Amino acid sequence: MADTPPVDERIKEMAAFRTALIRPELGGMVGIVAVFVFFLLFAFDSGMFAAQGVMNWSVVSAQFMIIAVGACLLMIAGEFDLSVGSMIGFAGMMIAVFGVVLAWPMWMAIIITFVICISIGALNGFIVIRTGLPSFIVTLAFLFILRGFTIYIPQTIERKTIIGGIRDAAEGDWLGTIFGAKIFGAVFRWLGDAGVIAVFERGNRAGEPVVDGIPMLIVWALILVVFGHILLTRTRFGNWIFAAGGDAEAARNSGVPVNRVKILMFMFTAFCATVFATCQVMEFGSAGADRGLLKEFEAIIAVVIGGALLTGGYGSVIGAALGALIFGVVQQGLFFAGVESSLFRVFLGVILLGAVILNTYIRRMITGER
Amino acid sequence: MKHLFTSLALGAAIVTAPLAATAESHSDLNYVLVSHAPDSDTWWNTIKNGIALAGEQVGVNVEYRNPPTGDLADMARIIQQAAASGPDGIITTLADFDVLQGPIKDAVDQGIDVIIMNTGTPEQAREVGALMYVGQPEYDAGFAAGQRAKGEGVTKFLCVNHAIQQPTVGERCRGYADGLGIDLGDAMMDSGTDPAEIKNKVLAYLSANPDVDGILTLGPVSADPTLAALEENGMAGSIHFGTFDLGEEIVKGIKAGTINWGIDQQPFLQAYMPVVILANWDRYGVLPGNNINSGPGFVTKDGLAKVEEFAGEYR
Repeated sequence: MADTPPVDERIKEMAAFRTALIRPELGGMVGIVAVFVFFLLFAFDSGMFAAQGVMNWSVVSAQFMIIAVGACLLMIAGEFDLSVGSMIGFAGMMIAVFGVVLAWPMWMAIIITFVICISIGALNGFIVIRTGLPSFIVTLAFLFILRGFTIYIPQTIERKTIIGGIRDAAEGDWLGTIFGAKIFGAVFRWLGDAGVIAVFERGNRAGEPVVDGIPMLIVWALILVVFGHILLTRTRFGNWIFAAGGDAEAARNSGVPVNRVKILMFMFTAFCATVFATCQVMEFGSAGADRGLLKEFEAIIAVVIGGALLTGGYGSVIGAALGALIFGVVQQGLFFAGVESSLFRVFLGVILLGAVILNTYIRRMITGER
Repeated sequence: MKHLFTSLALGAAIVTAPLAATAESHSDLNYVLVSHAPDSDTWWNTIKNGIALAGEQVGVNVEYRNPPTGDLADMARIIQQAAASGPDGIITTLADFDVLQGPIKDAVDQGIDVIIMNTGTPEQAREVGALMYVGQPEYDAGFAAGQRAKGEGVTKFLCVNHAIQQPTVGERCRGYADGLGIDLGDAMMDSGTDPAEIKNKVLAYLSANPDVDGILTLGPVSADPTLAALEENGMAGSIHFGTFDLGEEIVKGIKAGTINWGIDQQPFLQAYMPVVILANWDRYGVLPGNNINSGPGFVTKDGLAKVEEFAGEYR
């Protein structure tokens, strides 16, 4: 009797197959398969799966991923950030103001912008913790405040709402390169020469491949997804995030620094929004008051498609990334499939509803709740 | 679980229905028009009708695409997407040169013919390698409106700008101020796009600045609520009121004498002409030698019949 190791009665035995399959990401994985089958059937010969088309929906998905990672961790910690979209516009405008109008070196403009935006994220978190108000309301206030500044500041100093010239100002800047460059150019040139991907037919870039590298935007998205996933599932801090969002009071009683966790997550969301904005202004070369409109909802939608619970305490970064991929592929894919563009929102609503229903079933299977 | 699958299957059936509807094609020439307008901007309905009519008459496939929220960075992605789908031509606005020049140049270099319509300038169109520009030069149109308003006795004005994020639209206010010969100052109002909000902002501005004797609105989005505001505070008919673009309410306003004139940039031509030009260029290699100015044209009380008949549809 004494030889057999004691069985811990707190741990329930589960079939390996079941644990491998039944996870928060399952809904997202099913969605990915469904979406790709759908578009392979309806848009196969439309260029959607040629190099240029793949790059198009990959970049759009990567954009969603960057903000979805932040929104996902924050949502698991039990809070919302509705100021993400305005933060994107605001951060881009700050970079333009510092880097172009004030003509600071671009690396300094970017770093200062990050500091300002992450501080605003911390302020968001601080107000939520101190007042006990729902983060929904506090960040809604910042949605308006930041958007207002994004219009007011350039209007006041430059008398216009778009500031351009960022690309020239960032030329050769080391930090600008980290956000705006493209990598593996040589591979794509080789693929172009080998005839695997199409090349430009005319103009000063004739003969060069139409896809000339992987933008850093995609690299950032992947790094953030991996970072978020490891943080959430492999570290003590990850457990704190779950605990803070599940039942904050119980978490406090067992010694989790809930306030610190939540404020840090607000700061991380702001960081993600600023990464998004920096990549955008480096690629397009201008900051405008229209940038990032409604992006906060797109981030939340991606997270919810990925299986996270709106009330916190449950979710997965991989799921959110899959949600972002579904969102990006559907958004651009509908154009490829030639669907009337005014129907886009109808599709979005249908997918959101379908995903939430599916995820509810999966979650009930996992947690055993009725 | 079985329930779930039946509902998913049903969902899939509903989802695929519109696809089947758009799959029919009657030509091998495909053109895509990309605009910067958010879904909420009803003015672009004329553009949709314009390309649809041209597509039907000329026998080519046309599609309309736009960023749902009006985010210009999203618009750049749509142009990249359009280029990747390999159409014969792209008709696009050039709402922000910095953002859009890259994607447009890439499309041109890829061998796709591009025509710039509506927003942008002939110079910018040439720089991105477009075939031509079809539209109304914004500043010039605003200037002409200002000169006309000066002759009609305007001394202090309010410009209701519902699209503050688009610098080209703001040029209309600047042109108007220069045409009047007065400084723009803070006469340009960022009104937002919500009708109730616009109406109340206009009411507030007019009661705070009683010496304003002229109003310029930049399209139906700002004109319709402004009309309602003037009806409410009793200034309708007494204050000088000019507007850009036409719409059902604007036409009614012109007829009633509340609006002195509407500046028609004739969006129908901006949509219709590029399709016809691209089709003839692709089929026969013929191309007009100049850019096309679709406007400005002042629409007053006289000769409203055609405008009224087709307002919101083709006018």
